Amino acid sequence: MTGLLFLVPIALFLGVLGLAGFLWSLNSGQYEDLDGAGERILNDDGPLEKTGTKKP
Amino acid sequence: MNCCGAGLAAESTNNSKDIALWQRDEELRRSGRVMPDGSAEYVFSVPDIHCGACISAIEDGLSNVEGIVASRVNLTLRRATVRLDSPERAPGFIFDALRNLGYQAMPLDIADQAHEQAKQSSELLKALAVAGFAAGNIMLLSVSVWSGAEGATRDLFHLVSAMIALPTVAYCGRPFFRSAFAALKVRRLNMDVPISLGVLLAVALSIYETFTGGAEAYFDAAVTLIFFLLIGRYLDQLMRERARSSVLGLARLAAKGAMVVSDSGEIRYMAVDEIVPGMRLRVPAGERMPVDAKILTGATELDRSLVTGESVPVLAGVGDHVEAGTLNLTGSVDLIVVRPANQSFLAEVLRMLEAAEQAKGRYERIADRMARAYAPSVHILSASAFVMWILLTGDFHFSLYTAIAVLIVTCPCALGLAVPVVHVIGAGRLFQGGILMRDGSALERLAEANHAVFDKTGTLTTGNAQACLPQFSATEARIARALALNSTHPSSRAVAEALSGTVPCEGEAIIEIAGFGMEGVFEGKRARLGRASFVAEISGTTPSGEGLTFAIEGSAPLGIAIAETPRDGAAEAIAALQAAGIECEILSGDAPASVARIAKAVGITKWRASETPATKMARLEELRDQGAKALMVGDGLNDAPALAAGHVSFAPASASDAGRFAADFIFTRDNLGAIVEAREISLKAARLVRQNFALAIAYNFISVPLAFAGQVTPLIAAIAMSTSSIIVLANSLRLQWQAHGNSSQKQHTRASVSSSRTMGARA
Repeated sequence: MTGLLFLVPIALFLGVLGLAGFLWSLNSGQYEDLDGAGERILNDDGPLEKTGTKKP
Repeated sequence: MNCCGAGLAAESTNNSKDIALWQRDEELRRSGRVMPDGSAEYVFSVPDIHCGACISAIEDGLSNVEGIVASRVNLTLRRATVRLDSPERAPGFIFDALRNLGYQAMPLDIADQAHEQAKQSSELLKALAVAGFAAGNIMLLSVSVWSGAEGATRDLFHLVSAMIALPTVAYCGRPFFRSAFAALKVRRLNMDVPISLGVLLAVALSIYETFTGGAEAYFDAAVTLIFFLLIGRYLDQLMRERARSSVLGLARLAAKGAMVVSDSGEIRYMAVDEIVPGMRLRVPAGERMPVDAKILTGATELDRSLVTGESVPVLAGVGDHVEAGTLNLTGSVDLIVVRPANQSFLAEVLRMLEAAEQAKGRYERIADRMARAYAPSVHILSASAFVMWILLTGDFHFSLYTAIAVLIVTCPCALGLAVPVVHVIGAGRLFQGGILMRDGSALERLAEANHAVFDKTGTLTTGNAQACLPQFSATEARIARALALNSTHPSSRAVAEALSGTVPCEGEAIIEIAGFGMEGVFEGKRARLGRASFVAEISGTTPSGEGLTFAIEGSAPLGIAIAETPRDGAAEAIAALQAAGIECEILSGDAPASVARIAKAVGITKWRASETPATKMARLEELRDQGAKALMVGDGLNDAPALAAGHVSFAPASASDAGRFAADFIFTRDNLGAIVEAREISLKAARLVRQNFALAIAYNFISVPLAFAGQVTPLIAAIAMSTSSIIVLANSLRLQWQAHGNSSQKQHTRASVSSSRTMGARA
């Protein structure tokens, strides 16, 4: 049963990690254009600066 | 955004096109946002974006334009965000850059209300994520407890659950607590009152159990409940935002500012609310009047259709009054301001609109109506369980435990999901048909409609006049087209449209004489297109009839009749509504003769002409007092109060700002059949909502007696709640399947299909 003492915190930590990852992706605007994200992968254009995805 | 008040010399902006360009720059500047790094960001609505190729076309195309630092296309919202190197740079060139790429763009005010709304849905999504995480983890711990964990282990699991559940309930429960508190403050009960009470009591009881080493804790029930209900809330919010952003994305029609001419002849751009009576304004052709004013110099024709519903342009000269919102068609005019913007005709209509909106706010959603009966009975049940057990056993702890169990199992979890899911699927189905819905209650109200009221201009008719051409010779046709192409007057456009197959003739000195028509010189001969009397000056003979006249110097004049055309599917839609037992009538601001003609064309016998915004609204209120549920269809500014006063309302996408904001549904395709289609979907949705309520009540018939008998353990509660939610969800999804069955028979554009796909994916 002592295994629980570290297994439960580890499980919770991993869960929190996933939650934090989701909140980060939400705040960084990755859910703002769900249609566009799927289409963008097909655009074989030049470096990132050109498409304006990165701040100059 | 800094207001660049740089005065421009009047001489340099005499050309009305320059003024219009400069005004556009100034309006855009105010809509932009200065970023921390010194660049300026502007957001445009670009409705033509529809696929991946558009993304790269716009982003690559703009990357080479001088002054543009970065651009980003949002395919979902059909928007482009463009960042310029400095706020000083006039942003007007972005329009031209986009037009060169083949896209029409409209500016969006970043500061507009949409921003506030967007925050709400991302708040809900965050709460949903947190609740999902907590529900999953607590459920795992609970499963361990249910499978036999005992003693210290069970207490530990309960403690860990409590540590997860407490912050989760505090954070994710806020939307429910807030709404419940607001309802209690005005001494009313809504669905959120039993939810909040159930969740809070369950958590409190469970904490007590945890610290006294009790066997049963309801942490999982409390958190799962919040999780399920948040799904419903989030879907509801998402749907409203999507509709609102589409509405905002359409063109803005009201002028936000105007060119003020100072005594020294300098022109400055000022916002509408800074304009005071006595100021002199210059309004170029193609712009809307910002305030009520009187014409000082110049003559023009005014399109008052948004204000009065009248389809024929009106001639206006020195000394005439113009109302805010009328469109200046043909000539640049100088005006003297009569009333400040907040007292203008436009503002008056908006005030009426607000009053009518408030009256509509009294509509109670089906879910709230249910709650009114549901909430008290839940409370009574729970209280009576407590009283009964304390009388029977005298065991305070067990009685309280049973009472809380009753509250938890009766929590309207399924109800909270049932309605929003049906509405979201309904909205997705409407979206496929090119109809945008403002919020879910509109779908409920549409299903109840039993009377239909139509506006004429722009609603039953297309708003575009159609020219019936006489027998033109080839040269005449080419000359007429050349003249017509040089004017923005609706009649000229109709002629140009009707002659779209012919190549315009090369002409010289083509000018527009405001209020009279077009003149040009072709192969040495003068030609005119316009009013009969104006054309008669060169043709010699007096032409007859209304509409336009065309003549080449020395030859006989030819009459061109200009007629309004009914919108596609208008007659069919009205026939379908009448067949469904809905009485139809027309309320129009136009003259009786033209109303009668259109009424006959679409098959409506009951009509009223020369209506004002106030009389239209009065008619709608009269209908409401008679107990009729009126469906209002209109587009103009003059219809806006009536749209808000109607039980449910439709506006075409081409409608005025006020009209679009007042309407519940906006149809983006030209066909009026959208109304019939929307009504069918609303009836199906209403049936599904009723079924869902029946299912939820049936569930309560089984679970309540169990809870009342004190037999509901946390395990049973968890199973019962999840099962009822899933059954209700599955039933709601049938609307989607039915929709697919129907839509396979119809042709859909790629754009609408792909948007419905995301709608479904999100749901």
